[in-house]
Amino acid sequence: MRIELIRRPQRSARMAVLSPLIAIALTVVAGFVIFAANGVDPVGALYVYFIEKLTAWWSIQDLIVKMTPLILIGVGLSLSYLSNTWNIGAEGQLAAGAIAGSVLPIYFPDWGGPLVVTLMLLMGILGGMAYGAIPALLKTRFGTNEILTSLMLVYVADLVLDWVARGPWRNPAGYNFPNSRQFSDNQLLPVIAGQHVTVATVIALVVAVAAWFLLGKTLTGFRIRVLGEAPRAGAFAGFSRNRMVLVAFLISGGLAGLAGICEVAGPLGQLRISVSPGYGFTAIIVAFLGRLNPLGVIVASFVLGLSYLGGEGIQSTYHLSDQIARVFQGMLLFFVLACDTMIFYRVRIVSTRRAPPPAAEAVRESA
Amino acid sequence: MSLPELQGLLLTIITAATPLLFAALGELVTERSGVLNLGVEGMMAVGAVIGFIAGHVTGLSVVGVVASVVAGMAMAALFAVVTLVFVANQVASGLALTLFGLGLSGLIGDRYVSIPGLSLERIHIPGLTDIPLVGPLIFGEDPLVYVAVALAIAVSWFLFSTRAGLIVRATGDNHVSAHALGYDVIRVRFLAVIFGGACAGLAGGYLSIVYSTQWIPNMTAGRGWIAIALVVFGTWLPGRVVVGAVLFGAISILQLNAQGYGVSLPPQFLNALPYLTTVVVLVIISRNRTLLRVNTPACLGQAFVPDR
Repeated sequence: MRIELIRRPQRSARMAVLSPLIAIALTVVAGFVIFAANGVDPVGALYVYFIEKLTAWWSIQDLIVKMTPLILIGVGLSLSYLSNTWNIGAEGQLAAGAIAGSVLPIYFPDWGGPLVVTLMLLMGILGGMAYGAIPALLKTRFGTNEILTSLMLVYVADLVLDWVARGPWRNPAGYNFPNSRQFSDNQLLPVIAGQHVTVATVIALVVAVAAWFLLGKTLTGFRIRVLGEAPRAGAFAGFSRNRMVLVAFLISGGLAGLAGICEVAGPLGQLRISVSPGYGFTAIIVAFLGRLNPLGVIVASFVLGLSYLGGEGIQSTYHLSDQIARVFQGMLLFFVLACDTMIFYRVRIVSTRRAPPPAAEAVRESA
Repeated sequence: MSLPELQGLLLTIITAATPLLFAALGELVTERSGVLNLGVEGMMAVGAVIGFIAGHVTGLSVVGVVASVVAGMAMAALFAVVTLVFVANQVASGLALTLFGLGLSGLIGDRYVSIPGLSLERIHIPGLTDIPLVGPLIFGEDPLVYVAVALAIAVSWFLFSTRAGLIVRATGDNHVSAHALGYDVIRVRFLAVIFGGACAGLAGGYLSIVYSTQWIPNMTAGRGWIAIALVVFGTWLPGRVVVGAVLFGAISILQLNAQGYGVSLPPQFLNALPYLTTVVVLVIISRNRTLLRVNTPACLGQAFVPDR
């Protein structure tokens, strides 16, 4: 038996919609097997993982809180990947944004109010942009592989964050906990619903819609797509590849930085040694599950946000490691990527044993 | 520094370099066939946890080592199916493999955290190993160090002196021509990816069985990524990869010992050293474009769908 791919004359619009759904279905099936293998009632566990958190208002709030950074980062990464620029260091840019955005509340604890919060967000964006610019400039100046450099810088950023939170910025009255001072209320993003949903969620949705507009309706968006899909054509049209690498990193880095400061000035309320449970990496999956479409990213962040909560639910109900969330996330990305093949190819299973040689087939057809 | 101290330092440097060398050699062969597998970190993580558990359960470190190899191969097979059969994007699939592998290792290893494990005896040849300084370094390592050195020589010989190696390189440099000559591109790549997985799994097993003799979450700590960088650093040549692995082993050990030498930087900055060095080294290497162009597999990262 062999699997054969036959190129479709044009991409299948039906499969473009179906493939993420198939991928999610396959993930659920694989999850069933994993739970059963761990000696856990699979049906109950799947309920806890995917449904339970949608049945209470407090956990829906949690979901929205988790979706917000995923949307922000996922939108940026979508633009980056569309232009064929591989920023996989969003987790580091997030940390850079969290640090840069915290400068004001740490050094000027008495400052507060809408203007200060706005400045904090801007500094977060700038921090992420600056950190994202490093791999971009190394790529454009020296041709250094941006995948490896952006990833290496994640470890560096996390260590710097660890240092500031334990060292110079540690709360002197904090009983040696590795946290900064708790930000005061007027240094935090305003809450718009429930206890935790802040204005950051609105910002994320606006960013997604704006990015969708940028991609579909503007020349910049056209450049991004041309340079991603047909770099030679882009070069002939005079679009600069180097410029695009820089733009892609600045946008995706800036949005990751924004997500970072929104976490600090939102759900966390202080700078900690760790400000993200891997949002920067999970957002890579969000981008692909969302078909690199900013609006699709919103839907995808719902699924991946749920996967975080599901992992916590499984841990508390069945005492499995919450790492199960990363297993689900990784599997989902695998299935999404494999299913995407069906958009451009028809998949045919041929039995190798009885297949007649192609020449004979051709003769029979012409006869 | 006294002689025993120097000897101890050199021994630990070699122990730190060995897992990097295993993983990098595997990735080198994979990339030579034209496949970019960014999942080394994930394969290593699973190799580490499976190797540790297998050793712990059976009480035999050899079983642990074999199990880590098999685990790495299984992870690589997953990647191979997705990228070679379903021609998925290799960069994204590699990231998926890393995320999946790190999660899976955390899930599997949850109950084995910090349990003291087995270790691998260093060999001892009476007379030879007892020579001061050089004796333990050359005749007193653990067996896997010798395996790593032999593997480096074998990979170099295979790629550049055998017909099969030539086919692997041809597949990586021009898959259309290789296919036209009648070679099964997908099959060659599949085998190369599996070999890479075996090596990455072994690297992980080395970490949990020999290097730390215990399993802790995220113990790979970016070594898989450094191994990928080493392949670029070594411009896809096994000899240079050996040099790179020793260099990085030395940096990670010096960083651990730096505080003992009276360096008063915050530990976080010292910990960042291997990652920063990777970036710097990549920049230096990539500035020399001709050096890279000669050896970079021309079809690296490109999917191949055979015409019929």
